[in-house]
Amino acid sequence: MRSAQFLACSAALAVGVLLCGGAYAADESAAPLSTADDSSQTGAAPSGGTAATPSPDAAASTSLSDFVDSGRLLLTQGVSNVEGASGGGLASWAVISGYETNDAVGGNAHFTYLNLPGYTVRDFGGSVGLFNRVELSYTRLQLDTGPTGGKLGIGDGYTFNEDIIGAKVRLFGDLVYDQNSLLPQVAVGVQYKHSENGALDEALGAKNPDGVDFYVSATKLFLNNALVVDTTLRLTKANQIGLLGFGGDLNDTYRPEFEGSVGYLITRRLVIGGEYRTMPSNLGFAKADNWFDVFAAYALNKDLSITLAYANLGSIATFKNQDGVYVSVQAGF
Amino acid sequence: MIRSPIRAALVAATVIASAPLALAQATTSAGEAALADGTPIKGDAVYKAFNEKAGIDRLTDDFVHRITTDPRIAARFQGANLTRLTFELKAQFCYLLNGPCTYAGKDMKTAHQGMGLRNRDFNALAEDMQKSMDAEHVPFWAQNQLMAKLAPMQHAVVTK
Ligand code: HEM
Repeated sequence: MRSAQFLACSAALAVGVLLCGGAYAADESAAPLSTADDSSQTGAAPSGGTAATPSPDAAASTSLSDFVDSGRLLLTQGVSNVEGASGGGLASWAVISGYETNDAVGGNAHFTYLNLPGYTVRDFGGSVGLFNRVELSYTRLQLDTGPTGGKLGIGDGYTFNEDIIGAKVRLFGDLVYDQNSLLPQVAVGVQYKHSENGALDEALGAKNPDGVDFYVSATKLFLNNALVVDTTLRLTKANQIGLLGFGGDLNDTYRPEFEGSVGYLITRRLVIGGEYRTMPSNLGFAKADNWFDVFAAYALNKDLSITLAYANLGSIATFKNQDGVYVSVQAGF
Repeated sequence: MIRSPIRAALVAATVIASAPLALAQATTSAGEAALADGTPIKGDAVYKAFNEKAGIDRLTDDFVHRITTDPRIAARFQGANLTRLTFELKAQFCYLLNGPCTYAGKDMKTAHQGMGLRNRDFNALAEDMQKSMDAEHVPFWAQNQLMAKLAPMQHAVVTK
């Protein structure tokens, strides 16, 4: 009854039971066990345990840990990005949310804050990963114009709101296991996006308050070099990822856009890197620029990680050079 | 538009980058049967970083202690011949790390046949290995070289 199991856990996520995954008992940060004791075994041949019968089904009785295992390695889920999908900060990757293995479910809640000269971006949402195969996500994105709103003639503090519902399916490849080939982990995703400011979007030249993005991501971990590389191809009509609606007076067709990320693992817990993301520029009144960032993501453990970045989103609604500090906190299992 | 050529180039790069992947996939499955243990790491830098034979032996003793007491997987080793397991693991790690050892144990598929091991078991064991390498003060870059050798064994070890 897998479906019942993951429903139960999705529900658990919804009520914020983030420590649902108490299952991964061995704490990543646990102090090394006494090596002194062990080394005494070196010379004297230890007696092999022969009495007990092998019990491959020892874990057969059903318990929470059967479907919440937090069984994947640290940082291998990436972090929740600005669109709610697992990836880097700005880009989507082929990784699936949560630390679940193929036998379990996982998930995350995240809050992201980006402070720009002319705007404040807030982003909060959650995602579930099912069997390290399917990712479902929801995030609410807010672009708070603050004093810039007055200058744009829409009123101080006017806030653009957007809901993004995403689904991603891992097609093939495994980020960690496939170290003996060039095969990356590959996933396809779809994101339904709804801008709540339809009338204003339209006044600005957008054609639609709703849009759907399609993307394919390939993520490769080169463990030998401690490098993780992602390339993503996205078909989108979104203006500023949908905050300003979809399509526009200049263009109302799907455009292929590129997202690229490179990360370097300094330790198992800490990855630093950079990302680049191209953007369509569909609106005549305000050119959109490509985005980039440099980031550091730190996993305290499998329950909690923090991402710090410098992000540069270029020009947003005629206000140029929108760059600043990006902070994201993510909790999950 | 100035940006168009850049975009076109990036998009092309993505497409080109994904082309050899189909090929890579084919070779992966073909080579899987031969994943008994893998080839030794080149050079002796990694071997030295593991503190050579004495370090590998210490690490393996620590590792066997961890995996047989880790509540996630300890049950898997009930009834196992730990003397033999320790002996074979020392040989295998030493061989993979390009030490002066030969591995004459079973290939990974045969060794774990019928155990119904899952990815969660494999990953738990990998985490224990990380801790053992930390305990042996193996630097991260060198740890990654061994992990890169062990990771693909998942294809042979995990059957469920
Ligand atoms: C990369 C991962 C792994 C490596 C390199 C590895 C290596 C080995 C080796 C060298 C042997 C001895 C083969 C022989 O007797 O000739 C062995 C046996 C065994 N392994 Fe693994 N193994 C791995 C993963 C696992 C996992 C995930 C489990 C279970 C959680 C496991 C459980 C066992 C057991 C129970 C035996 C049999 C011990 C006996 O002889 O009674 N192994 N493994």
